[in-house]
Amino acid sequence: MDLIGTFLRRPAAASILSLIGVLAFYAIFGGVDLGRFAAAASWVNLAANLGIVALPVGLLMIAGEIDISIGAMIPAGSMTTAILSGYFGLPILVGMLGALAVGVLVGLVNGLLTVRTTVPSLIVTLGTLVAMQGIVLSSSVLLTGGVSVSLAAPDWAKFAFGHLIAGSHQVIIVWWVLLTMIFAFVVHKTRYGNWIFAMGGDKDSARNAGIPTKRLTIGLFILSAVCASFVGMCQAILFNSAQVSGGMGFIFNAIVSIVVGGVLLTGGFGSILGIFFGTVTFAVVSQGIYFTNIDRNWSNLIIGAVLLLAVLMNNTFRKLAVNYTGAKNRN
Amino acid sequence: MATGATSGSGGLGRVLRRPETGSFLGLIVVYVVFALLGGRNFLTAPGWSSWLNMAAEVGIIALPVGLLMIAGELDISVGAVLPASSLTVAIISSHYGLPIYLGIAGGLGVGLAVGFLNGLLVTRTGIPSLIITIGTMFAVSGLTLGFTILIAGSTGVFIVPDPLTKSIFGEALGGMFQVGIFWWAGFVVVIYCLLHVSPWGNWIFALGGDRQSARNAGIPTQRLTIQLFMLSGFAAAFVGVTQVITFGSAQVAAGSSFIFNSIMCVVIGGVLLTGGAGSVIGIVIGTMTFAIVNQGIFFSGLDPNFGSIIIGALLLAAVLSNDTFRAMALSYVAKKK
Amino acid sequence: MSEKVPVLELQRVDKSFGPIDVLHEVSLKVNAGEVLCLLGDNGAGKSTLIKTLAGVHKPTRGKILMDGQEVTFDGPRDAAGRGIATVHQFGGTFPLMSIGRSFFVGVEPSKGWGPFKVFDRKTANDTAVKAVQDFGITRIEDGERLVGSLSGGERQSLAIARAVHFGARVLILDEPTAALGVKQASHVLRIVNETKRRGLAVIFITHQVMHAMAVGDHFAVLIRGAIAADFRKGEKTREEITDLMAGGETMKDLEANIEGYMETHEGHPPPAKA
Repeated sequence: MDLIGTFLRRPAAASILSLIGVLAFYAIFGGVDLGRFAAAASWVNLAANLGIVALPVGLLMIAGEIDISIGAMIPAGSMTTAILSGYFGLPILVGMLGALAVGVLVGLVNGLLTVRTTVPSLIVTLGTLVAMQGIVLSSSVLLTGGVSVSLAAPDWAKFAFGHLIAGSHQVIIVWWVLLTMIFAFVVHKTRYGNWIFAMGGDKDSARNAGIPTKRLTIGLFILSAVCASFVGMCQAILFNSAQVSGGMGFIFNAIVSIVVGGVLLTGGFGSILGIFFGTVTFAVVSQGIYFTNIDRNWSNLIIGAVLLLAVLMNNTFRKLAVNYTGAKNRN
Repeated sequence: MATGATSGSGGLGRVLRRPETGSFLGLIVVYVVFALLGGRNFLTAPGWSSWLNMAAEVGIIALPVGLLMIAGELDISVGAVLPASSLTVAIISSHYGLPIYLGIAGGLGVGLAVGFLNGLLVTRTGIPSLIITIGTMFAVSGLTLGFTILIAGSTGVFIVPDPLTKSIFGEALGGMFQVGIFWWAGFVVVIYCLLHVSPWGNWIFALGGDRQSARNAGIPTQRLTIQLFMLSGFAAAFVGVTQVITFGSAQVAAGSSFIFNSIMCVVIGGVLLTGGAGSVIGIVIGTMTFAIVNQGIFFSGLDPNFGSIIIGALLLAAVLSNDTFRAMALSYVAKKK
Repeated sequence: MSEKVPVLELQRVDKSFGPIDVLHEVSLKVNAGEVLCLLGDNGAGKSTLIKTLAGVHKPTRGKILMDGQEVTFDGPRDAAGRGIATVHQFGGTFPLMSIGRSFFVGVEPSKGWGPFKVFDRKTANDTAVKAVQDFGITRIEDGERLVGSLSGGERQSLAIARAVHFGARVLILDEPTAALGVKQASHVLRIVNETKRRGLAVIFITHQVMHAMAVGDHFAVLIRGAIAADFRKGEKTREEITDLMAGGETMKDLEANIEGYMETHEGHPPPAKA
């Protein structure tokens, strides 16, 4: 019996339950063939692309900040890769490093503005979101005269970053699982993870305890911008082209995945496993509907409902965790 | 008694320390810059009408979004309420052929209903409003798409409003100045009275300052929160109504730009994201500044994409200068004789 | 009788923020194994004084000495490194973290090597639980419990145990009992006594005279930024101390003033000064 209690008190609990709930709902009311669904690629591809962005943004939220500029960083990454290696014909390595460098730069700006000024990170990253949209669009028009650029990457790059395994599953899925494992190790097993939770819990106390909060914050912003750029880069290599638009949808989709995953908006609580399952849940809801006989136009409605139910579950489970005083009653 | 006499900065000093002053100076700077770049066109009717039209649209939504932010909340769902209301009007009046005033009532009703739901969820569950309104945004957009396809079979519905309705909601005076500008002005006056004249407005500041203390002081915080969300839902629905009547069509995909645009207007105007501070004048100034940059860029001959970069930089500059002005106001100490 | 060298001493410290003078010529001594109670009403300058002791503010004038040597703190971390630990009324204990993690924030124990250093959860939990039980709080047994599940008194005790464990020599307690009920407050006071017994110097800031008298060896009253009174245990009564904190006027004087005023002005407020 206590095993259930221990499970419920973990931050990832609600996301796992939500996933099971959604699968059950689709199976019972939508007539989904779960076997066929599991083998399908569409939702896994979506989960992987979204997931790589959701992980560092989720960490930022645990640390008490937020990054919405990722919506512009994904097209920034893909456009940088495509313009450098596709339009200008430079080696693909230059294109890839360029994309990641843009991520580092923007992340640095986000981080410095957040720690050096009193401006909240929501506003800072809103500013960089809008500014980057303009920069990407005007650079594209100035440099290439158009808003989409094509790219033909060499085989090794396509193998590592942009091909379809068995013709259906994007290779970025491997990167997603790898990154998830690395993040999980760092966040839950090393002291840096503890520092992130401390910052989100009480920034002043964290700083007084000797944690380099400023450096850590800047590092997290760089991480999220680079990961978003990486996703864009992989997309450009996979689809052999890049567009200036796209990416805005990732903002709210990532926040939904993170929050369903048990991360507290105010910071200090959450887990990588939860973010992982939150992302999977989102992908299942949004893509799974195609496998049902439910009209797919209702998918957003289901996302909204799942979000609200999952957050309510999270609240309840977290209260359980906070109030839990220990197994036996002593007299 | 210690004299509160100041060094000679009495009246001027007080004006400088008002938070709106920073935003107002920003507005002047921005206008002058684009006037210089845009030349005669920008300074005359075509210029004025273009940015005033835009200011009116986003401004109507920015006002209650600003009130919510002062009260310490956010409303992301405005982006979905707008098209929901447009489509409700179009479906009721055009698809079902009912009188237009029923369609308008339906549209506004949708806004009020979503606002009520937002307020209820925020006050009853304790979940942050950012998350709740993202959820309702998804839900409402899903419902909108679902019902529109179900009833009308496509993602857009057309409507031909009668001349009277069009003149109230959708006319362009002289072919340039949208009648929405007057609606915006009306909203400004009403919201100004609500926030700065009536005691209800003080409750909003109290709510944003410290919710618990506000409740202890006897303020009906739950009712107030619900009312504020209903107001923002109403405003988004209203703009949806004017849009469908002005353009003759309602699209499922409309409205998402208003989410971040309204937040930007409000923040440029000096409202604190953390709540408890802000003013209607500030929000109006912020809205105008945003619109001038957005539209002025077209008159200036610059690459329009630079507009986004300028807005992003402007947002950050505005918030930083607002903070400076506020710090000055807070640290001001009357010098002792 | 030879004087013990005080662990921490302030000599005529002033602190101003721009044109505002907060502390005036404050001189204090704290000895190891003793509790100094710093009493004062709200607005007396207590929090500025704490922050100056903890290294957050630098004195505008005056000296700080540790073990007789003059020191300047580079910041709160420097002060903490020299052994000055501050426990605040709220905060510092991360409610959503487990006891083990919260105890070791910033100094997490690890096992393994190189980049694969793993947070040593078992050691952290065991050490934290043992530290707090050594102080007599036996109800805390599971290091995985979230700090938020502890009562206010237990959280204070955890914070104090943490400071002592990490080698604090001076423990500054900022209103530790203000938000606690009677039973929990007595737990915390017991721990303060235990801390004293272990040889730390304790500075106990409070406005509750009863609690101060239960643990204090040495008392200082802070009024409007200056030390208005400085005395050892037993030299003043509870009523005298309360009067001192209220600004020097005794209750009787206050009542006499009010009555006298009422009689001469028939209860009306004075006319506005021209």
